[in-house]
Amino acid sequence: MSAAGFASQFLQFAIALALAPLLVGWVNQCRAWLQNKSAPSLMLPYWTIRKLFAKDAVVAEGASPIFRITPYIVFGAMCCAAAIVPSLATDLPFARAADAIALVGLFALARVFIALAAMDIGTAFGSLGARREMFVGFLAEPALLMVLFTASLISGSTSLPTIVDTLAHREFGIYPSLAFAGVAFTMVSLAENARIPVDNPATHLELTMIHEAMILEYSARHLALIEWAAALKLFNYSCIGLALFFPFGIAAGGDWSAVLGAVPVLIGKLAIGGFLLALIETLSAKMRIFRAPEFLGTAFLLAVLAMLVNQLLGS
Amino acid sequence: MAAYATMQRIVYDIAEAAHSALRAAGRALMTGIPLYAQIINLLAAILLLLAFAMLTQRRVLSLVDLFAAQGLALSISTAVVAFGTHQTHLYWSAGLTLLLKVALLPWLLHRMIRRLDVKWDVEGLINIPTTMLIGIVLVVFSFNLAYPISQLASTVTRATLGIAIASVMLSFLMMITRRKAIPQVIGFLAMENGLFFAATSATYGMPMVVELGIALDVLVGMLILGVFFFQIREQFDSLDLKHMEKLKEGE
Repeated sequence: MSAAGFASQFLQFAIALALAPLLVGWVNQCRAWLQNKSAPSLMLPYWTIRKLFAKDAVVAEGASPIFRITPYIVFGAMCCAAAIVPSLATDLPFARAADAIALVGLFALARVFIALAAMDIGTAFGSLGARREMFVGFLAEPALLMVLFTASLISGSTSLPTIVDTLAHREFGIYPSLAFAGVAFTMVSLAENARIPVDNPATHLELTMIHEAMILEYSARHLALIEWAAALKLFNYSCIGLALFFPFGIAAGGDWSAVLGAVPVLIGKLAIGGFLLALIETLSAKMRIFRAPEFLGTAFLLAVLAMLVNQLLGS
Repeated sequence: MAAYATMQRIVYDIAEAAHSALRAAGRALMTGIPLYAQIINLLAAILLLLAFAMLTQRRVLSLVDLFAAQGLALSISTAVVAFGTHQTHLYWSAGLTLLLKVALLPWLLHRMIRRLDVKWDVEGLINIPTTMLIGIVLVVFSFNLAYPISQLASTVTRATLGIAIASVMLSFLMMITRRKAIPQVIGFLAMENGLFFAATSATYGMPMVVELGIALDVLVGMLILGVFFFQIREQFDSLDLKHMEKLKEGE
């Protein structure tokens, strides 16, 4: 609760907002390189967002207020999440407001509203996408909770800054539970961010799309907010993963130099993480939608095993 | 504004209190384990993971590979126990495990699969997510079962007893859910892996005579079952054990 705390909170929030589209651009570029395609510009997501903000919005006939308000709610939820997740510093005044469980709740809120908006218009693709999204979501959410619980059991708290503090400054030890949880988390974030084994972010093919099907009816500033929120979601998930499994370099106290030093470390970690994400996407094929329960069931299994193994071997 | 500040302080205090209590508990849990015991714990976790992988694996050939990997993890963990506790006879067990379960039995199984020409997909009786959930319930059950027992044991590796029992249970489940003969036999062999691990973790291994006897039993059992496979296939033109049920109706 210090001025430095507020300053690092503000810096972290600003960096999340500014860097999220860059992360998406970086992943797209890596993926293009890996697939022998000529890569789009790193700045393309920024240009897309600027272009969309400049356009006039078109709203479908018969759209209810839910449709209009959803982009703001989704974007707001992702901004809240970006403020809670300790990506630069653990001394975050805002993070006191919500713990790991509330974070999962924030993601769920965004999901529910985007699904409602998709069904609101009444097009076939919208409700198809919404159903699939909820189908994936109800399988991914418990697995994500279990991963966070494993980290909380090790650190003894559900508050994210405390978890990161404990994990970053623990004594040396082999934690099989954290390894399991890490794999489970990777699988969950692939599913949650509409990445390749579950959904393909680069396609508008009718039969396979999930996330893109839900936002088909959006245009202009609404679409810009949704795209930005999707980028923020990817950024948030990456930061949660880095904070839980590679928490080194995150500033612990409220001192400014450490926070500023954490910025290049975070960017470096995100660059490596983005490359690995592109690698996973290149190496794996998209699954049929009905294989998704198997994929996410495995993630849930790994997360539960992580928790049980931690309980058993920790004592 | 003042009310807001007070509320914030109260929330902060509650969070701090809960956090310090939980943190003390966390610290009591994670100290004083030597490095070799941590490695054993890691291998035990891998063993459990492999048991689950075998439970959900559809292909026979991958199943044999997973079985060999489980044997390797078992062998390494036995060697680490031997190194950590200076029980020299455990080196022999580790070597025997390596020879038998990583080299000989997988080789026999591969040869048998080639001879029988059965590289088909294995289908489970219940679907895979359900099997996984039942597996998780079994793991919870065996951890609960093992907890009081491991309190009585004095070995460093006692915590892994629960994992050993869990892998025995999972092998049981695998034998129940499979219909084809070869996966059932692999389940049987994996069960022996779990029992061996239980013996190592609870009492630093069984006497050498017993261990040799069991190793020989498994080997001979495997050979006899191999003969059975050929007989079953000659009789029914298939290794699907549901044909065996017809024997009852014939009487």
